[in-house]
Amino acid sequence: MHTPDAEKMSPELKQDGTAPAAEMRNISKAFPGVQALDGVDLKIWPGEVLALVGENGAGKSTLIKILCGAYHADEGEIYIRGQKVTIRSPQDARALGIVAIYQELSLFPNMSVAENILISRLPKRQRLPTVNWSRLRREARHALDTIGAPFDPSVRLGDLSVAGQQMVEIARAASSDARVMVMDEPTSALSEHEVETLFEIIATLKERGVAVIYITHRLEEVSQVADRITVLRDGKHVGDLPISEATKEKIVQMMVGRSLNLFPKEPAPIGEEVMRVENFSRKGAFSDISFSVKEGEILGVAGLMGAGRSEIARAIFGVDLKDSGDVFIGGQKVSINTPIDAIRSGLGLVPEDRKLQALVLSMAVRENITLAHLSDFAKSGIVSKAKERKDASQHVQELDIRTPTIEQKVANLSGGNQQKVVIAKWLGVKPKVLILDEPTRGIDVGAKAAIHSLMCKLAANGVGIVMISSELPEIMAMSDRIIVLHEGRITARLTREEATQDRIMMAATGG
Amino acid sequence: MKLLPAIRRVSRAREFAIFLFLLAVYLLLFILKPQFRDPDKQLMVVRQFSWIAITAVGMTMVIITAGIDLSVGSVLALAACSMGKIVELGTMVNMSVGVAMAIAIGPVCGFLLVRYRIKAFWAVAAGVLIGGACGFLLLVYPVWAAVGLGLVVGAACGLLNGLAVTKLRIPPFIATLGMMGMARGMTYVITKGWYKNLPQHFVKFLGEGEALRVPVPVWIMAAVAVGGSILLRHTTTGRYIYAIGGNEEAARLSGIKVDRVKLAVYSLTGFLAALAGMIVAARSGSAQPTAGVGSELSVIAAVIVGGTSLMGGEGSVLGTVIGAAILGIIPCGLILFRFPAEWEYVAVGGVIIIAVALDQLKKR
Repeated sequence: MHTPDAEKMSPELKQDGTAPAAEMRNISKAFPGVQALDGVDLKIWPGEVLALVGENGAGKSTLIKILCGAYHADEGEIYIRGQKVTIRSPQDARALGIVAIYQELSLFPNMSVAENILISRLPKRQRLPTVNWSRLRREARHALDTIGAPFDPSVRLGDLSVAGQQMVEIARAASSDARVMVMDEPTSALSEHEVETLFEIIATLKERGVAVIYITHRLEEVSQVADRITVLRDGKHVGDLPISEATKEKIVQMMVGRSLNLFPKEPAPIGEEVMRVENFSRKGAFSDISFSVKEGEILGVAGLMGAGRSEIARAIFGVDLKDSGDVFIGGQKVSINTPIDAIRSGLGLVPEDRKLQALVLSMAVRENITLAHLSDFAKSGIVSKAKERKDASQHVQELDIRTPTIEQKVANLSGGNQQKVVIAKWLGVKPKVLILDEPTRGIDVGAKAAIHSLMCKLAANGVGIVMISSELPEIMAMSDRIIVLHEGRITARLTREEATQDRIMMAATGG
Repeated sequence: MKLLPAIRRVSRAREFAIFLFLLAVYLLLFILKPQFRDPDKQLMVVRQFSWIAITAVGMTMVIITAGIDLSVGSVLALAACSMGKIVELGTMVNMSVGVAMAIAIGPVCGFLLVRYRIKAFWAVAAGVLIGGACGFLLLVYPVWAAVGLGLVVGAACGLLNGLAVTKLRIPPFIATLGMMGMARGMTYVITKGWYKNLPQHFVKFLGEGEALRVPVPVWIMAAVAVGGSILLRHTTTGRYIYAIGGNEEAARLSGIKVDRVKLAVYSLTGFLAALAGMIVAARSGSAQPTAGVGSELSVIAAVIVGGTSLMGGEGSVLGTVIGAAILGIIPCGLILFRFPAEWEYVAVGGVIIIAVALDQLKKR
């Protein structure tokens, strides 16, 4: 859909003559073999929060990178505050007041908060080339106050929580007079409380007339924070919606092009108890944890971040130590001190952070899939690549992993496909119990639905599933039973029928 | 036409670029310097870097696990001088060492049998053959028992390195730096600064011997390279080595016995350093306590030039051998072009930087 040339001459203005904070028109960009963007438009007004949504590969990052000067568009124009501009580099973008805040924070954990905020323009004393520390502290304090962050500017950045570090990054952007701020998945590492704080900060930014482009996969957040939504699919601009008209189903439909059942739960036949955990304790992390899982059952583990859920999973799997506790598989007590013991007893663990804990990014899809039970493919120590290829190809097909070949380096796959590789790896050891820690974090809706239906298929095959998740809708839709943790203790045990959002939240916050 | 994709695959391989570089240097010398065209002269050059290449095969594996071994030069000397000491102590000691090792071989072989489930018949046959050959060798030429002990010493040093890294959680740089000092120190303790002349036949065989006109050390290097390459590319242990270097935490969580693999890798490197030490000693005719000083840097350089990343997770034996060849052919070229010997260090340093820079460019 192209507008006639005459209308492209000048940027669109509001009734009162305000120009959009940023406008991108007819942006196209091709990479070898793929058209990443095709005639995409984006418009954002000062003081507006625009949610940019789309599946992985839809073109969101490419579009933003063009705006921020990291990429060059093949076609199209960019207007900032009504003026046509050429953005050739990130410096150009920053000079125009465009700042991006990515998931991977670009800060210096070894330096103080103040230094981080003002790193590119450290205040110097007159005549001497030394840093004016008192002015540094003052300006940093001012920047932090602007967004309502409470901490001491001389604190070492690395000592702050992830949420705190993110606030510092926002303060840095705000204090450098940013007019357009791009936030890429800002809430993926935050607790509910911290998310609220972030939303308050965004509201403050809005009051100051900053335009915020908000990229997220969490559609629930979109309705809480955004004024409008722009949807991309396969590199094309599908459309914009004002928040009043945006229902979740409509957004998903626009993103995916078809209706999607996000939580395809089919109750599986529930069999005997397959795993029982008794009296798991570790001082400072969790105490007196006991629960059980049956064949075909999905046990949801809810709770806030820091409640100890990942720690328990790692202790069960033999990665971390425990002070006391027993594990019973199929009624038999097993001794698990290392991950190998766990695997041999029939357990599998899909860890919280796939890049850090589950995947060897430099190795191929095939190699990652077979890693947990490589000796099954080897005779006298020599690995049969042919057997590996067969097994890996099978998994790739079964799980619909989008990759050009099985030799592709896993680092090049999207988040959703990477997670599928991790799951394929654990399916290979044919576990009796599979523990999944935040299985759909940072993954787009299409892949999320796929992973959910995978979990159901596994359950139908008699595997017991323990699903740790911070997303309430996921917990409530997928679990047969739910346990809720708060500060290392189990505060509630609910069945699927008994579970409501309020009851879970109450138990998670200790009420 | 199946040839085209194969050619494309080969040319994209990391080793291809440095192979071209090596080829370029080789052709340069071939064309411009007639003296270089003599195959015996070329093999002499290969013999000169063969001991570095042998050690570098082990170092490659260590570096792929994101570790490092600074002690190889010292272990090389310690192994050679341990052998020299045994020789010095006389034939009786030599023979006793030989017998002790023969007795120890039994349990080791037995363990390997069970581990790899080799059929009993072949195991016994192989055992008889190897046992017979070793027995004959040890009786007629007792010095080989001393050589065996030297190799064990090297492996033991490697094992200690591995234990320091895995059990004591000392960073490899520090652990092997300590071993570097201790091994060199022990060498001086054993020899009290003196060097030991070695039996003639040993020197003749290992130092000057040839089979099919190819020097023995070159054969050993080939065998080690092929064995190392098979280990890295085709065995489970090799895959685990890459996984540990790529992401140690993920490897651990996937059920890989990370500590055991690291122990194996460091022990193997110690063993190979000892083997290199034997070759060096044979070439110079004596076991010298100053052997191999500074050689750890040449070994590491060969590995790096060969395309192995210090960050771990990638690298190959083939690349390392090519890297060792490049670092070996440069001094030879300098001599032929009548550059003063001092320029060798400058040239080698320059080559390392150029090789890694080219590799980095390729990554972009």
